[in-house]
Amino acid sequence: MIATTVSSGVVVLVGAVFLACAVEMVEALTIVFAVGHTRGWRSAFEGVGAALVALTALVAVFGPALIHVPLTWLRLIVGGVLLIFGMQWLRKAILRSSGLKAKHDEDAIYQETVAELENVAPGTNRDRVAFVMAFKGVFLEGLEVVITVLTLGTSAHRLGLASAVAAVALVLVAVVGAVVARQLSSVPENAMKMSVGVLLVTYGTFWVGEGLKVRWPGNDSFLLAFVGIYALVCWILVALIKPKNPSSPVKVDA
Amino acid sequence: MKDRPLFLRLLRGFAMFWWDFLVGDTPELFVAALVIIATVALLSERWHDNAVAVVALPVLAIAALALSVRRASRATKR
Repeated sequence: MIATTVSSGVVVLVGAVFLACAVEMVEALTIVFAVGHTRGWRSAFEGVGAALVALTALVAVFGPALIHVPLTWLRLIVGGVLLIFGMQWLRKAILRSSGLKAKHDEDAIYQETVAELENVAPGTNRDRVAFVMAFKGVFLEGLEVVITVLTLGTSAHRLGLASAVAAVALVLVAVVGAVVARQLSSVPENAMKMSVGVLLVTYGTFWVGEGLKVRWPGNDSFLLAFVGIYALVCWILVALIKPKNPSSPVKVDA
Repeated sequence: MKDRPLFLRLLRGFAMFWWDFLVGDTPELFVAALVIIATVALLSERWHDNAVAVVALPVLAIAALALSVRRASRATKR
């Protein structure tokens, strides 16, 4: 029973952290590739390195600090944040799946970034522009990963595991990204975002309840029931709002 | 803006980040989360009705998501 309880929580935690990290890494990598190909790899790697150091420092500072917050309050606050964050992700993924919002297009983002970088005249602060672009891309996308890792990891008392899973996802996406070069557009990003949204709302619901002393039937095992319920709801919502005429034009940004 | 002390600029940046992160272009989801927490707090801690709280929490979250999706869908189709 204990093994089942632990594994349910761990499976959901690992899945949420891994997918969230992978999705954000794909977005960051697109920008880094654009910077590297256009302005040179040295400045791009320096920007990535500086962003990773800044993100690691954030985890090192806030991670241990969060552990000292009383668990009930921590779970209520973290649950609330994850509930909002997860619902935002799900809303976007549902609108994209139904065709009412344009899907995240890594090719378009790559082209936009390249065009932006090419507009800066060669020789004028060249390295600085590349460095800042790569730093911003990795830091801003990474910040969401840091928040996910810190909130999920500390609330589940598994910050080490959450950090390790995030690191594995980071390395894996970087290696795959380097191998497939610019073919990041073939990553099923929307499906991954939908899965992350389901997992974040699952944990958000669960921890808001725990923070308010709700006793879930089956304790941690109830997480899996939430995953199923929210996945089903998403599928129903996509089916309900999908335009009946598939040839109608897709509108960008809701 | 640039003549403000670094500390104030950092503080403003920090506040803006959390505003965008939690509220952004979906204020209805932020408000819904507060309503959900308040409702479940009443059910669980004041009225000690665990069974209703267990059902109400996910049902309210689903209702909030559905309403927000419906609002966005209507705005897009218009």
